[in-house]
Amino acid sequence: MSAELKRRKAVQEDVVAQYERMIEIREFEEQINGLFASGSIRGTTHLCLGQEALAVGLASVLRPTDIVSATYRGHGIALALGLSPEAVLGEIMGKTIGCCGGVGGSMHLSNMELGLLPTSAIIGGGMPVAAGAALSFQVRKTDDVAVAVFGDGATNIGAFHETLNLASIWNLPVVFICDNNVYGEYSRINLTTPLEDLHMRADSYKMPHFSLDGMEIAAVQKGITEAVNRARSGGGPTLIEAKTYRFAGHSRADQALYRPEGELEKWQKRDPIKLTEQSLVASGALNAEKIAKIKSDMKVTIEKVVATCQASPEPSLASMFQNIFTPAKAGR
Amino acid sequence: MGTTTPMRFRQAIVNALADEMRADSTVMLFGEDVAEAEGPFKTSEGLLTEFGPLRIRDTPISEMGFTGAAVGAAIMGMKPVVEIMFMEFLGVALDQLVTEAAKMRYLSNGMLSVPMVVRASVGSGLGFGCQHSQTLENWVAATPGLKVVCPSDAQAAYSLMRASIQDPDPVMILEPRILYAERGDVDTSLALPIGKARVLRKGSDITVVALGQMVNVARNAIEKSGLDVELIDLATVVPWDRETVLASVKKTGRLVVVEEAPKSGGWGSEIVAAATSELFSQLKGAPFRITTPDVPVPYSGVLEARFVPTADDVARQLTESLKSGTTPKSWWELEGLK
Ligand SMILES: Cc1ncc(C[n+]2csc(CCOP(=O)(O)OP(=O)(O)O)c2C)c(N)n1
Ligand SMILES: [Mg+2]
Repeated sequence: MSAELKRRKAVQEDVVAQYERMIEIREFEEQINGLFASGSIRGTTHLCLGQEALAVGLASVLRPTDIVSATYRGHGIALALGLSPEAVLGEIMGKTIGCCGGVGGSMHLSNMELGLLPTSAIIGGGMPVAAGAALSFQVRKTDDVAVAVFGDGATNIGAFHETLNLASIWNLPVVFICDNNVYGEYSRINLTTPLEDLHMRADSYKMPHFSLDGMEIAAVQKGITEAVNRARSGGGPTLIEAKTYRFAGHSRADQALYRPEGELEKWQKRDPIKLTEQSLVASGALNAEKIAKIKSDMKVTIEKVVATCQASPEPSLASMFQNIFTPAKAGR
Repeated sequence: MGTTTPMRFRQAIVNALADEMRADSTVMLFGEDVAEAEGPFKTSEGLLTEFGPLRIRDTPISEMGFTGAAVGAAIMGMKPVVEIMFMEFLGVALDQLVTEAAKMRYLSNGMLSVPMVVRASVGSGLGFGCQHSQTLENWVAATPGLKVVCPSDAQAAYSLMRASIQDPDPVMILEPRILYAERGDVDTSLALPIGKARVLRKGSDITVVALGQMVNVARNAIEKSGLDVELIDLATVVPWDRETVLASVKKTGRLVVVEEAPKSGGWGSEIVAAATSELFSQLKGAPFRITTPDVPVPYSGVLEARFVPTADDVARQLTESLKSGTTPKSWWELEGLK
C-alpha cells in the first residue's frame, strides 16, 4: 500500500488520526500564510482555515475509489484525502516534489490513486465533471460515488443548475457538497444570493437536500454518509450544504476588512478543532497533554516539510512540454 | 497637446471610466466585487462613491447572466461596461458576447446597436497557473461584429477605454494584468481611435509589431540589440491597422511580431500573412513571429519566466535574423524541446 493510501486509511479508521489530520491542515495553512506573507512563494493562495472538519469528515467516509472534484480552496481536502504535505506544499512552491511536478500550483492539486481530480480554479468547473464520473459508475455498474465540493458563490453559476438538473434526471450517484463559508470573494452571501439556506435550491430539481454543521466533524460524517449511501445504493444525487466559515481572507492579498465586527470571533468560538478536542477529551480518547504533544509534534513535522520542499529541485524546462497530449500507444 | 499626469495603468482605467460616466449618464459598470470592494484589481476605485449603486453594481458569480444583461441593456440604449476578472471566466459567458452581442446588428437588419464593453484581465507572469494566465485574444478575434483592443501602457488604457465606451458596437478590452501597477504619463485630451496602431519608435532596420505586455518586452529588446527598429504597438487586434503596419514593413523590408499567445492560432499569423502576401517582392527577409510555445502557462516561476518571450531572447532573434537573413529558432527549438 502506498504511503498516500496509508494516510487515507488512517483517517478512515481512527478518530485521533482524524483530529491529527485537522491539526495538520491547520498548521499547514498557517505555514503557507507565512510563506506567502514573507514573499517566499509568488502567485496567490486560498486557505481553508476553519474548514478542516469538512475536509477530514469527507475523507473519512469516502473510499479511495470514489471520485472527488474540488476547488482552488483545496489544500485541506487534498491533505485529508491522503496527499502528502510534501506533494501539496511542493506544488504550491512550484517544485518537482509537488503532485503536478510544479506546473500546476496552489489551485491545482490532484492524485488519482486517492480519487482527487485536478482541482479547478473556475467557479463551477468541477461540478459537471463530477456528474460525468458518476455517469461512468452508473453505466459500469460499480457502487462508487462521485463528490463535487464547491462554494456558496458557485450556486449562482449556470454549471451548478445545469449539473443538478442533469444529475437528478439521470439519477446519478453523485453528492454535491456546497461549502457555505458565508463569503464569495469579498461579498457576503446575502449580497449576491436571495437565500442563505442554499441547499433549498435542490428543491427545483426534486433532489434530496439538507444542511449540516460543517464545524462539527461528527455531523459532517453523518450527513455525507447518508448521501453517499443513497448514491451507492442507486438512490441518486443529494445536495448537502455544509455551514462553515472562512477564517482567513479570500486569497493572499485579502485582509477581509468587509466582515461585520464580531462575526469572525463568533465563528471562532465554534472552531472545528476546538469542538473536536472537546469531544475527544470527553470520550477519553485525548487529554490536554496529548493534545499539546500532537500540536507541537505537528509544528516540527510541517517545518520539516517546508525544508524538504525548499530543497526540492525546480522543474526542468522540458516539464512544461509534457502531458499536453496522450502519447501514442506503441504499435499504433 | 494637453498636459500629462503620471498615473498607474489601473488608475488610468478608473479615470477613463469616471470621465465617461461623468460625460454620459447611460454609462454603467458591473462585475464581481467592482462596487463595494472597488474591483479585485482596484480598477473601479471611488466609482461607487461618485456614481452610486444604480450605475456601479456588484454581481453574483454569474458571468453568463451579467454579460448577457449588458447586451440587453446596450440594445435599449445604455452603455454598460462589464468586468470579467480573468479572461478565462469569459468561457462560461462566451455565447452572450460572440454569438448574441456580435450578431445583433446583423440579425436586426441594422436596427440594433450594442454599445457594450467587456473588460477582462489577461496574461502571464504573476504565478497564477494555467487557468488564470492566458491572453486569449484568439477566443474573440475571429468574431465579425466584435472589436478587440489591448492597451500596453497607461495612456493607451485611458484613451482606448474611452474610445471603447464611446464606440457604438461591442468592444472587448484585454487588460494585461501585469501592467496594472505600472506608471505612465497620461494626456487625458489625447484620443486613440480603435483600429489605429501606435508607432512608438521610428526605425529603418526591422518593423516589430507587439501587443499588450509584449510591447515593453520588445522595447527593452530593441534597446539591448542596438538595432534601428521601428516599434509598433498594434493596440487594436480587430480591426487591426493594416495601413500603419504595412507602410512600416514596406519601408524596412522586415517584419517581426512579438506575441504572448501560443504559437498556433495567434493574431500575429494574420499580420505576417498580410505582409507576406501584399508586400512579397519588397521583403528583405521572411517575416516571422516570436511567441510562447504551444503549452499551457506553467506555474513554476522559473518556467513561467522562460515561457514568455524575454527581452534577451527577442534581442537575440532580431540580431540573428538581420545577420543571417534566415528565421531564427525559438528558445525551445534551441533547447531541443517540443
Ligand atoms: C467563472 C469564475 N468566475 C469568477 C471567478 C473568480 N473567483 C474565484 S473564487 C471566487 C469566489 C467563490 O466563492 P465561493 O464559491 O463561495 O467559494 P469560496 O472561495 O468561498 O471557497 C471568485 C468569484 C472564478 N474563479 N471563476
Ligand atoms: Mg464561499
